[in-house]
Amino acid sequence: MARSRTLDEIRGKLIAVEGLDGSGKSTQINLLKRWLELEGTKVFFTEWNSSALVKKATSRGKKRQLLTPTTFSLIHCTDFADRYERQILPLLHAGYIVLADRYMYTAFARDTVRGCDREWIRKMYSFARPPDITLFFSVPLEVALGRILGGRPQLKYHEAGMDLGLSTDPYESFRLFQGKIYEEYLRMAAEFRFVVIDASRPPDVQQQEVREIVQNRLDLRLFKYTWRVH
Amino acid sequence: MAVKQFYGKGLPNVDPALLKGKLIVLEGSDGSGRSTQLAMLRDWLQRMGYATEEVGLRRSLLIAKEIEEAKQGNTMGPTTLALFYATDFADQMENKIIPALRAGFIVLADRYIYTLMARALVRGASLEWLRELYSIALVPDAVFYLQVPPEMLAERNFRKTGVLDYWESGMDIRRAGDMYECFIGYQHQLQEQFRVLQGIYNFETIRGNRLPRTISIELRAKVEQILQIEPVRPVQPVLESMVAA
Repeated sequence: MARSRTLDEIRGKLIAVEGLDGSGKSTQINLLKRWLELEGTKVFFTEWNSSALVKKATSRGKKRQLLTPTTFSLIHCTDFADRYERQILPLLHAGYIVLADRYMYTAFARDTVRGCDREWIRKMYSFARPPDITLFFSVPLEVALGRILGGRPQLKYHEAGMDLGLSTDPYESFRLFQGKIYEEYLRMAAEFRFVVIDASRPPDVQQQEVREIVQNRLDLRLFKYTWRVH
Repeated sequence: MAVKQFYGKGLPNVDPALLKGKLIVLEGSDGSGRSTQLAMLRDWLQRMGYATEEVGLRRSLLIAKEIEEAKQGNTMGPTTLALFYATDFADQMENKIIPALRAGFIVLADRYIYTLMARALVRGASLEWLRELYSIALVPDAVFYLQVPPEMLAERNFRKTGVLDYWESGMDIRRAGDMYECFIGYQHQLQEQFRVLQGIYNFETIRGNRLPRTISIELRAKVEQILQIEPVRPVQPVLESMVAA
């Protein structure tokens, strides 16, 4: 709880991926996970908005449109805290490589766009450790929009950013919303030292680069299981 | 006229200047006489014609149920618990407290951010983080903290329900000893944190180990002062001027 736990005693490493919907980051982090697993590395995967404890409240709040920017922000922070306290932090202590599909920067971007105070949001998340590596999957906005909207999907109310009142058309609203989030991401890239990956290239080319980055930054031999599986 | 303020930057899209009502907070542990005093205050205010709204912890439409469920299983970490309660608080702030104040109601809060902060502090949260978290809260017109010695709190709880409450005994962070010892130790820790918070938020401590009637009279006198600064009933001055004419 924003305690100044000495970070040195944590042997694990945290790798987060960030980017727009449709940037291909989930594909990439899954490939990274498969590779690390097959190499016999202690690895754990966690994704945004997935705590069982908070999920029911979040989905009810969204469905019945009970959420304001402030409660939207707080409920996602609660979800994150639950995963952080029960999984991420203990696993890092246990010397795991933790892979996070979206991390606090997703909240920084979305909540700021929704009108919450930028500083307030950042302080909220100050209990959590920043990632050792943050991979930002960068694609031109139009490419990301094309990947998502190409299939004419059913966009959910909050996913489309309808609560911002940008447009009454869900697709137009999604475009405008994603555009604003993209701007926030770009603003954060230098501040939080995102490693920018050009995500307009083929998946396998990207994955090669991702693996090289991870291999160069982490000594993977330190993350092997201390016992044999087979 | 005293204009309302937030503790920090506040909530997006809320102009505190438009909040005409009064926000009165009662703090205190279970068994401090809080509910009794609030009920008496409410009846007295309503008898005088004031419209009141009551809020308290864990009453939000958004997540009160989930907090209850999670508490049963006691699976939450301290940061998660603090944020869960903050979400509940923010929901009531935006959907109950602010609309009622806008309409000129007297909002009676059965506990406010201070209890939430004290509990989190006992569980190791940083004060700075909590102050930032609750910078979305409105500064109340008055905060009264009913302080009762832990031993007396225990007696009152035993008399009322025959048992001590799990959470009010801090059993989730228990060290050693039986439930009574846990309760006393935890309540002492809470009171210590309330003293810290009092230094920051300067609320009034009311000695709660007296007769309910005595306390009630004291509270009414204090609330009367607050209400006289700015009469909430607009009818009154008009009538007075007619009499004068």
